[in-house]
Amino acid sequence: MLELNGVNTYYGNSHVLHDVSLRLEAGETVALLGRNGVGKTTTMRTIMGLTPARRGQIRFKGTDIVRWKPYQVARAGIGFVPEERWIFPSLTVHQNLLIGLKSEADAHTQGPGLWTLERCYEAFPLLKKRQHAKGRTLSGGEQQMLAIARTLVGNPELILIDEPTEGLAPKIVDMVAGIIRDIGRQGMTVLLVEQKLSIVMELAERIYVISKGMIQWHGTPGELRNNEAIRKSYLEV
Amino acid sequence: MELLSVIPIQFLHGLVYGMLLFLVASGLTLIFGMMGVLNFAHGALYMLGAYFSYSILRWTGQFWLSMIVAPVLVGAMGILIERFLLRKVHRFGHAHELLLTFGLAYIIEELVKWIWGNQPLHVEIPAMLSGSIQFLDITYPTYRLFILLISVAVFTVLFLILYKTRAGIIVTAAVTRSEMVNALGINVPLVFMLLFGVGGALAGLAGVIGGPYLITNPGMAATIIIDLFVVIVVGGMGSLQGALLASFLIGELQSFGILLVPQMAVALEFLLMAVVLIVKPEGLLGDKA
Repeated sequence: MLELNGVNTYYGNSHVLHDVSLRLEAGETVALLGRNGVGKTTTMRTIMGLTPARRGQIRFKGTDIVRWKPYQVARAGIGFVPEERWIFPSLTVHQNLLIGLKSEADAHTQGPGLWTLERCYEAFPLLKKRQHAKGRTLSGGEQQMLAIARTLVGNPELILIDEPTEGLAPKIVDMVAGIIRDIGRQGMTVLLVEQKLSIVMELAERIYVISKGMIQWHGTPGELRNNEAIRKSYLEV
Repeated sequence: MELLSVIPIQFLHGLVYGMLLFLVASGLTLIFGMMGVLNFAHGALYMLGAYFSYSILRWTGQFWLSMIVAPVLVGAMGILIERFLLRKVHRFGHAHELLLTFGLAYIIEELVKWIWGNQPLHVEIPAMLSGSIQFLDITYPTYRLFILLISVAVFTVLFLILYKTRAGIIVTAAVTRSEMVNALGINVPLVFMLLFGVGGALAGLAGVIGGPYLITNPGMAATIIIDLFVVIVVGGMGSLQGALLASFLIGELQSFGILLVPQMAVALEFLLMAVVLIVKPEGLLGDKA
């Protein structure tokens, strides 16, 4: 589904990603783990074309998309839920969702699960209740649900979710984790960046560990559980 | 008694200038929200509207034709500026974009002097708009009411498009979080280019109808850009409602300022800006800090 090969990304002169390579098979949920500031968000931004790679290859369903613009990447079938959530503050919840809906036709013809507006409201009753509220009035949890729902209505085949539970109350964290589990079960491919190890262990089928912009390790949650050295060097504080 | 009778007239003066200001500011504030820097060339586009209209009038004698053709030409220039100049420097950051628009403003001003000369130009308005209208005990020039009418019509349409159509909500979203809109599959560079076109056309239209009133001259861009800057800071960048409110306030402030405290009139709008910056730095109706 997605394959990164020797990807190098810079912010100006600072070299952030060093030869990052990773693969996601169709339908997999894969997590990218690491401490703060090691390149997890940059990896997602690079895939989306928001911070384009300077060298390397990004193949999505066999096509090299490394030079594509963000909107082209999105239309090809990759959705992005940023850490900052980026809710449009002056638009209502409903209007936020309308932006995610690339077009009515798209919503019914592609992607696993076929997320329509109605389906989103069924899956997120809280959003339906607040559909006429302005984005700026939403709580953190509501913002996160809206950010996920807004990307889902575009019916991506692969969804990149960056730190979805950051700053949320425990009850909401469980809810968001449940949503991601459901998305994965439906067959959508998921790349997840998440700091809470317990969530990653539960949701991910494979894990990549990144440090200083380099992939250091990859394996299954079971293997990570048994590998204290990796956990100690790259994850635990 | 005398002062009382002057109030409605002075209010209308302020309203007319405020609405004219809003026509120019509407495009500018949306572009500012999306681009993140002030487009200094926007005032020059407004001036070009006035000069294009002058020339079209000289060649054809048709004021109404110039009201359509001049804004279209200015809008096309806005599109060209975005597509072939601003987009090229975008990746180098805000400072380059700012410098580019600053330079463009100067180039356009010098070109205007070169083509049309340094002298103010007299633009003939159609006979049907040249008289004045009597209402109760107020007499007011028809042309200024015409400016008011056109401005109100344009901003009504603008608000309807922005708040009621999909294109409008895309622009509203892109003004605050353009990266996210892009990542949701919308061709943001195209939206931005079209916004430059529409914003340019609106500035051009303001130039056409404002030229005969504020006098078509090579300094008109530099004059209005200062007021525009205040409008955007006071209203909140990227906020159309904010721009409307701020344009109105500045129009009235100037109008009544000249009447009541003539020595201070010029400073009043900056005073307002300073107060807004201290009390509400994101602007009266702004979304971003």
